[in-house]
Amino acid sequence: MKVLVPVKRVIDANVKVRVKADQTGVETTNVKMAMNPFCEIAVEEAVRMKEAGTAEDVIVVSAGAAQSQETIRTGLAMGADRGVLIQSDVALEPLAIAKLLKAVAEKEGVDLVLMGKQAIDGDNNQTGQMLAALLGWPQGTFISKMEIHDGGAAGGVAGGVKVTREVDGGLEVVDLKLPAVLTVDLRLNEPRYASLPNIMKAKKKPIEMLSPEDLGVDVTPRLETLQVVEPPPRQAGVMVDSVAMLVDKLRNEAKVI
Amino acid sequence: MSILIIAEHDNASLRPATLNTLTAAGELDGEVHILIAGADCAGAADAAAKLPGVAKVRVADAPEYGHELAENLAPLIAKLATDYTHVLAPATTFGKNVMPRAAALLDVQQVSDISAIEGADTFVRPIYAGNAMATVKSLDTIKLITVRATAFETAAEDGGSAVTETVESTGDTGLASFVGQELTKSERPELTTAGIVISGGRGMQSGENFAMLERIADKLGAAVGASRAAVDAGFVPNDYQVGQTGKVVAPDLYIAIGISGAIQHLAGMKDSKVIVAINKDEEAPIFQVADYGLVADLFQAVPELEEALG
Repeated sequence: MKVLVPVKRVIDANVKVRVKADQTGVETTNVKMAMNPFCEIAVEEAVRMKEAGTAEDVIVVSAGAAQSQETIRTGLAMGADRGVLIQSDVALEPLAIAKLLKAVAEKEGVDLVLMGKQAIDGDNNQTGQMLAALLGWPQGTFISKMEIHDGGAAGGVAGGVKVTREVDGGLEVVDLKLPAVLTVDLRLNEPRYASLPNIMKAKKKPIEMLSPEDLGVDVTPRLETLQVVEPPPRQAGVMVDSVAMLVDKLRNEAKVI
Repeated sequence: MSILIIAEHDNASLRPATLNTLTAAGELDGEVHILIAGADCAGAADAAAKLPGVAKVRVADAPEYGHELAENLAPLIAKLATDYTHVLAPATTFGKNVMPRAAALLDVQQVSDISAIEGADTFVRPIYAGNAMATVKSLDTIKLITVRATAFETAAEDGGSAVTETVESTGDTGLASFVGQELTKSERPELTTAGIVISGGRGMQSGENFAMLERIADKLGAAVGASRAAVDAGFVPNDYQVGQTGKVVAPDLYIAIGISGAIQHLAGMKDSKVIVAINKDEEAPIFQVADYGLVADLFQAVPELEEALG
């Protein structure tokens, strides 16, 4: 099975983001960047499929600035086979990224797309669902478990994947026909750290360079960002010395219990 | 302008976030219709017809809509959407799953998780775990939007009398089939709509220790939540998770126990009216957003709290 893993370069999850003074966005100059945490989980799952013999070829793809190559290298160091970078200096929106990924998925003839459920910068939670729609494939979103099987969705059809989804009320299990798009949630696995030898090896793995034009995709933005501001700060609170004082404050000052 | 709300429901009744979505729709100043797509969903359709401000309920009652499968629902939404200027759904796991699929079928760039409406095409939404608020203008002809429920009041459930219209099913795509579900059974209120939430973090040390929080929750009529750290550590299931990648809550009272207050957690609870933090580390960032902070060992303070609540 051929697996495509889209990954995104984002501000490191541990960095406190700052809004730019001109209110056009957040500061990214001289800020530590990393692979989006949910993308790491997707790469890990694909590499485990390779190790288990269910995947033969794991392709890591990213769309964005030239520096996204570093993020692809991280995926290669974790164990993916090769990379694809769709280079664009336009800020890409989820719909545009989904169109680019569709073109790559079709070009490569992949059987499965494994990706993060959301990126922690835009917090959109859209790209996987959009990609599935454009490909006409089923979608397993927010998954915490997956099992490739031969029985097929609803029985009879060869090749399916049963996934457990994290939904608001608990868990849901659905069976999907393959090919499919899966978006991963945090409990699916714990991503590995790349070892030094693997980081060295990853430097020799190929990365194919493409552009939106190569793939025939119009990436013109549909949303115009008018302003980005900091949220209003909360007013400073008070420290209490004891549980008794806390309960008194909640009863008589805040009147919430 | 005309607005279609994609209702989240369980066939018998409406899910609460649908009511917050209705409030958001009301701010758009156009005729509001609501779609009930389900199987044997007359109960939910009747409830929708009573909502004040709804002019028409469109009902698609067919077996293929019984389990909210996005593969079957998105084509229906995309087909109906062309009658409207705006299509709104709650930003719950239901709305997050189905709406982007419908948006892509319509070639529309969805606006996710809006927290305010500035005009017919201009919306405010949190980005970077709520550390920044972006005002965006949609250039698409039809706006597909998911609504952050806690940012809009809960609409009244009675007083309206909408007309009901049957909509034909767009059919079963056969791409996906529902196998089963394990819903967390709880007598306590739902996390996202509870008036009081008590959450535990890594400091709870084990899943068993959450029983202490459950006892307090039962005294206060509260829901129980958790930080991502507590979920990662396997103390509680993921549907307890409050934060950037979990649920967003904004109760009247939020009690954080043994939670350090990582930005990813604060993203899910900092709009609560009153925040209480109990943590033994006085440097914990949670104290920066807390209205009342108590530096204490939770294994002493929580039993004391339980006793003090009588």
